Amino acid sequence: MSDPALELETFLQRAPYVRFLGMRAELAGDEMTAILPFSPHLVGNTFIQALHGGVIGAFLEMTALAQLSVAQPAPRVHKTIDITIEYLRPGRALTSYARADLRKVGRRIANVHVEAWQEDRAQPFAALRGHFLLSGEG
Amino acid sequence: MAADPETLNLLAQTMAGGTPQSSALGFRLISVSEARGSIEVPWREDLVVDPDTQVIAGGVVTSLLDHTCGLAMAAAASSQPFSTATLDLRIDYMRAAAPRLGVTCEAHCYKLTRTIGFVRAEAWDVDRSDLVATAQAAFVLNRPKPETSA
Repeated sequence: MSDPALELETFLQRAPYVRFLGMRAELAGDEMTAILPFSPHLVGNTFIQALHGGVIGAFLEMTALAQLSVAQPAPRVHKTIDITIEYLRPGRALTSYARADLRKVGRRIANVHVEAWQEDRAQPFAALRGHFLLSGEG
Repeated sequence: MAADPETLNLLAQTMAGGTPQSSALGFRLISVSEARGSIEVPWREDLVVDPDTQVIAGGVVTSLLDHTCGLAMAAAASSQPFSTATLDLRIDYMRAAAPRLGVTCEAHCYKLTRTIGFVRAEAWDVDRSDLVATAQAAFVLNRPKPETSA
């Protein structure tokens, strides 16, 4: 049996890019919440101090990969096949949160939805749908 | 409507290194022309997702595609004042980039209506005929409101 908290910690610690973003995550049972504190280097629009669209996409994608690493531990990071990012509102200069919903985890392919919000969970500012190629069992 | 080279050039400088995120990632402008833009991101050790493979993170490629699409959008609409917001961005990852290599991206705004811009982008590491990722994006164009008398 694998320890989900340990799998998550391993995933987050191993990835230099996760540290570059400043992203972390918390587990409550099997439910993971990814957290992205605001930082000036994440800004893509200085006029309205909005998060860069790529940062939002990357945060959603890393959330999906982190949740998959908990659900499907593997020695290698799972691979992204395709993602669609929907931008609903500007990402403001605030802490962002995201949760991933593993819609289908097959033998080789997983379908994942992710939603991100800031102050109000009911008002998401971005969402992602994606397919991921699962690495072999560890 | 064609934009003058000076406007495009100014725009390109602003877009490539002008935002905190693009300069934090080390984006470098390659070129900009009517409705097109190209940017590269050099490989860097802290932009890797799996230290075993030393491959640049997918998230960095996502940022590069989004940013270059924005540049192409700006280059297409540069003849008038406007601001844009990304509606959606679809990315297909064909393969991982080669270890310890940066990625280059070119985007083309192939259709611009009064309110929406449609953009396609391609990203590669060594050879443009062997792509790392492609993207398709839609942007909404916010033009300043006309005077109330209009």
